[in-house]
Amino acid sequence: MPPRKSVAKPDLLPDHFLRWFATRGWSPRAHQLALLEKARDDRSALLIAPTGAGKTLAGFLPTLVELSRSMSDARSAPSPLAGEGRGGGSTSEVGVRGTPTPDPSPQGGGEQKAQRAITLVSTGRTVQRTGGLHTLYISPLKALAVDIARNLETPIAEMQLPIKVETRTGDTPVSRRARQRRYPPDILLTTPEQLALLLSSDDAPFLFSSLKRIVLDELHALVTSKRGDLLSLGLARLWKLAPDMRAIGLSATVAEPESLARFLVPQAVGESVSADIVIAGGAAEPVVEMLDTKERLPWAGHSARHALGEIYDLIKANKTTLVFVNTRSQAEMLFQDLWRMNDDGLAIALHHGSLDVAQRRKVEDAMSVGKLRGVVCTSSLDLGVDWGDVDLVVNVGAPKGASRLMQRIGRANHRIDEASRAVLVPANRFEVLECRVAIDAVAENAQDTPPLRTGSLDVLAQHVLGCGCGAPFRADDLYDEVRSAAPYAELSRIDFDDTVEFVASGGYALKIYERFARIKQDASGRWRVTNPKVRQMYRMNVGTIVEDTMLKVRLVRGGSGKGKKGVTGALARGGRMLGQIEEYFIEGLVVGDTFVFGGEVVRYESLVEDQVYVSRANDKDAKVPSYMGGKFPLSTYLAERVRKLLDDKRAWKGLPDQVREWLSLQAHVSHVPGTRELMVETFPRADKHYLVCYPFEGRLAHQTLGMLLTRRLERARARPLGFVANEYALAIWGLGDTSHMIRQGRLDLAALFDPDMLGDDLEAWLAESALMKRTFRTCAVISGLIHTRFTGEEKSRRQVLFSTDLIYDVLRKHQPDHVLLRAARADAATGLLDIRRLSDMLTRIQGRIVHRELDRVSPLAVPVMLEIGREAVYGEASDELLAEAAEELVREAAGFEETGS
Amino acid sequence: MRVETHTIDMSTVSIAGVTLAADLSGALYWEEQKLLVVSDLHLEKGSSYANRGVLLPPYDTIATLGRLGAVIARHDPRTVIALGDSFHDRDAHERLSRANRDLLTALQMRRDWIWISGNHDPALPPDLGGTVAEEVAIGPITFRHEPTGAAGEIAGHLHPKARVSTRGRAVERRCFASDGTRAVMPAFGAYTGGLNIRDAAFARIFQTLGFVAHVLGDRRMHAIAASRCC
Repeated sequence: MPPRKSVAKPDLLPDHFLRWFATRGWSPRAHQLALLEKARDDRSALLIAPTGAGKTLAGFLPTLVELSRSMSDARSAPSPLAGEGRGGGSTSEVGVRGTPTPDPSPQGGGEQKAQRAITLVSTGRTVQRTGGLHTLYISPLKALAVDIARNLETPIAEMQLPIKVETRTGDTPVSRRARQRRYPPDILLTTPEQLALLLSSDDAPFLFSSLKRIVLDELHALVTSKRGDLLSLGLARLWKLAPDMRAIGLSATVAEPESLARFLVPQAVGESVSADIVIAGGAAEPVVEMLDTKERLPWAGHSARHALGEIYDLIKANKTTLVFVNTRSQAEMLFQDLWRMNDDGLAIALHHGSLDVAQRRKVEDAMSVGKLRGVVCTSSLDLGVDWGDVDLVVNVGAPKGASRLMQRIGRANHRIDEASRAVLVPANRFEVLECRVAIDAVAENAQDTPPLRTGSLDVLAQHVLGCGCGAPFRADDLYDEVRSAAPYAELSRIDFDDTVEFVASGGYALKIYERFARIKQDASGRWRVTNPKVRQMYRMNVGTIVEDTMLKVRLVRGGSGKGKKGVTGALARGGRMLGQIEEYFIEGLVVGDTFVFGGEVVRYESLVEDQVYVSRANDKDAKVPSYMGGKFPLSTYLAERVRKLLDDKRAWKGLPDQVREWLSLQAHVSHVPGTRELMVETFPRADKHYLVCYPFEGRLAHQTLGMLLTRRLERARARPLGFVANEYALAIWGLGDTSHMIRQGRLDLAALFDPDMLGDDLEAWLAESALMKRTFRTCAVISGLIHTRFTGEEKSRRQVLFSTDLIYDVLRKHQPDHVLLRAARADAATGLLDIRRLSDMLTRIQGRIVHRELDRVSPLAVPVMLEIGREAVYGEASDELLAEAAEELVREAAGFEETGS
Repeated sequence: MRVETHTIDMSTVSIAGVTLAADLSGALYWEEQKLLVVSDLHLEKGSSYANRGVLLPPYDTIATLGRLGAVIARHDPRTVIALGDSFHDRDAHERLSRANRDLLTALQMRRDWIWISGNHDPALPPDLGGTVAEEVAIGPITFRHEPTGAAGEIAGHLHPKARVSTRGRAVERRCFASDGTRAVMPAFGAYTGGLNIRDAAFARIFQTLGFVAHVLGDRRMHAIAASRCC
């Protein structure tokens, strides 16, 4: 149904609501009224609105109006009502509801059951359920749920509405959770994980049968991950329990609103069903510009150190500035650099996901009361509540995607009618191109959010187990229910049955685990969990966020001098907690290495279980510079625009002089790749030979390409030694003279880049790929094959990490079509290996490879060449690394002095 | 000078004057005695976990026996010593499938087979084939499950692994740990994890860091000083 233009209808908002709007000096916005109209017409709706449009209030207005109407009769004395405070402070226990008689309004089929349940649980106190849970609100961040609860307090208190709002997150005390199940509030604010937990309990039908509405906040962020899959399955369950429930989705602008609208309503077999779409207009055009730097633009790197002074001046000239960067290490470095030059003593803070929660909260609080002039942050602040008056957003480095950039820009100035202001600071020359096309995309309001996911099987497995923990289910019924969730609409019966088999007894061809089954069928064919321990394990491990194993970083006094490379566990314990860090980063360090963390340079001292001990280092620069590049690859859309910009020499006029000169020089000495071309350059340098190509498909796809190309070059006897990838290019070096080989016809570039590399070569590589093993581990954890949270006696997390690699090896060899390997392969297409994008690229460039044989490095190749030695080379030739270490022993044995590393 | 260190498949390890070959598979081979040693097979570890609700793929026993069969075929030893913890728990041998039991019997044909008992499998039944022993001494060498640090001892139990880091990248692999007087063997089982050789448990055996990790690479063995590992 096409979205209808809404007209303000006086009957949509009751008088006391209109009066309340008036006392605030507001009038209801068109999209707020539109949602009320959808509610009146009993329709589900998706609201697409920029930040600052009063989106959340719009989402809750139908609930508030409905509740105030149905309760107005029963209302006597207004009561103090509250949500949970930020610190988990106490909630006023009960909203007194006047008479304890049940609400007379009909509640649908679930009411009778609910009534019966009430009599069962009533303890004779004055508390009694009247209407039951009316609205469920789901947010991707628990902090957001808590803040929204607080924000709802204002209209509820000021209009004296007898509405009880509560939150339920991982921090909610057990006693309150139990109470919420027996005496649900009118509005419950929670997360997808908590919803899954609630649904897996026996009393889920009691709790949810009264549900009228569900509000899904930041839907655009939720649907792109496995959390979205989990949420969609929870929704499918809710439609079954509460057929009258209507959904409201709140989202930023996305490329395909229709797919989000499908997410909100149950899908019918073979037919696509959508919620209505309401688009809020009226947002002022943002003002975005690229920093016109007076300094020399670096060739490579992501630090933007050249522009430090200019960034500092921007902070100084504005009231509050958010400085976004792409990685935590960039945030660390930039913050440290700004702090060093902060002669004015500006209040500048640091915010990223690895910092201690308490510290992050402190920053957020200072921010919301306007105490900070600047915050250096990562995507940790992409979502969330309004922060006071942010008047400028600075985005340092590559924007990566147009929609992502627009959402960040929206963080500045949360008033819809005023323009947001943003400055982009490219950190190198390639990023100038990316910033240029991103600014154009923002001006055109062009969106590049990814399409809706196909629901993954590991999440389905978790859901099936959750269903088994609740009331028994029939496979046929659950299959139909699951397919009503948009991401699973196309799920095949075979995949579904294999998943159920997996949950039951592992799904192995060798059927020997029947006696250990976690769920079993009863005489009438209904599946149910076999013992309470399974249920307990499910509850402890629910969720889809599998983080890298994180280690706690503690600051201790240094002093373990050189040579004191004692046994693990030798150093002093205790120390102040700085935050958390990925295990794989620490594993790459040796004692004494320095890195930046928590805004200072620290020295790695020791690792004891899950604690990393570091001491303060006096070095100005860290020895180990970065942990990983950006998490998000350059979007396909921006990549294409960058290629177009390169191809269009007239458009170079809009670029800074330095960049234009760089490209002109490239055109002169080599070639500037055309929109659909793949350019390959070969040249010698020092005693090695280089092959550099420019696919512009993002670091992840380039890494995979690098792995596969080195295999092929090895077979062609080009003796490759290593490769390095950035967002735009890939450089491979080796001993063989590739230029000469191509000239002689011994190396055919068309064959080298043939899409058939995604066949056997890919399979062979996947067998040993560390990235594939990481992907598999995620699936193994989410599906419930292994657990990361335990009740006690069992193994530690660190040992679990190791064993999934062993499971992968064994399973791959003995049952390659196992459902978990299928799930992992599906993830590999889009995740860490980005195979789908690589495949699209290889198909696109067939017959369009342009080769340039050069006698030296080209201007365009310089940036990626500079990454060599700076970025960890993602080769998987473990033997080479080990051989290098072995060589030291040989030298030592032969009487040579050991060269310290 | 580049020393040829048997990098293709095996690394040479000398213990108490006896020269043995550390095989890339994780087995140790004593040529003069035609003796093959493997440690910590942990057969039926998968089903042991399944019993506790963690349904690991039930292919670990077949995978382990398959690798064991390959290394036996390569060396055709007269004697095989399984250095303890051959079975993951006391009942594990009862869970062996018919096919795997037949496979094991076939491996035992025409050779002596000695099960050293370990902490996971302290009492093995006689019908498994082979003989069961607490420890075995041959010449200057004593084979036992748990290392004591005695001279001439070859033991298992600790599942040594070594980690090497260079330029922000780390590689971690199973290894033999030896200082020329004693050795600790890597675990051979498909589902066996490892203990870092920098753990205090190894310090108790070797006293100093003057031992060498013979690391099982992807295609080669690598002898690396323990002090170089992290």
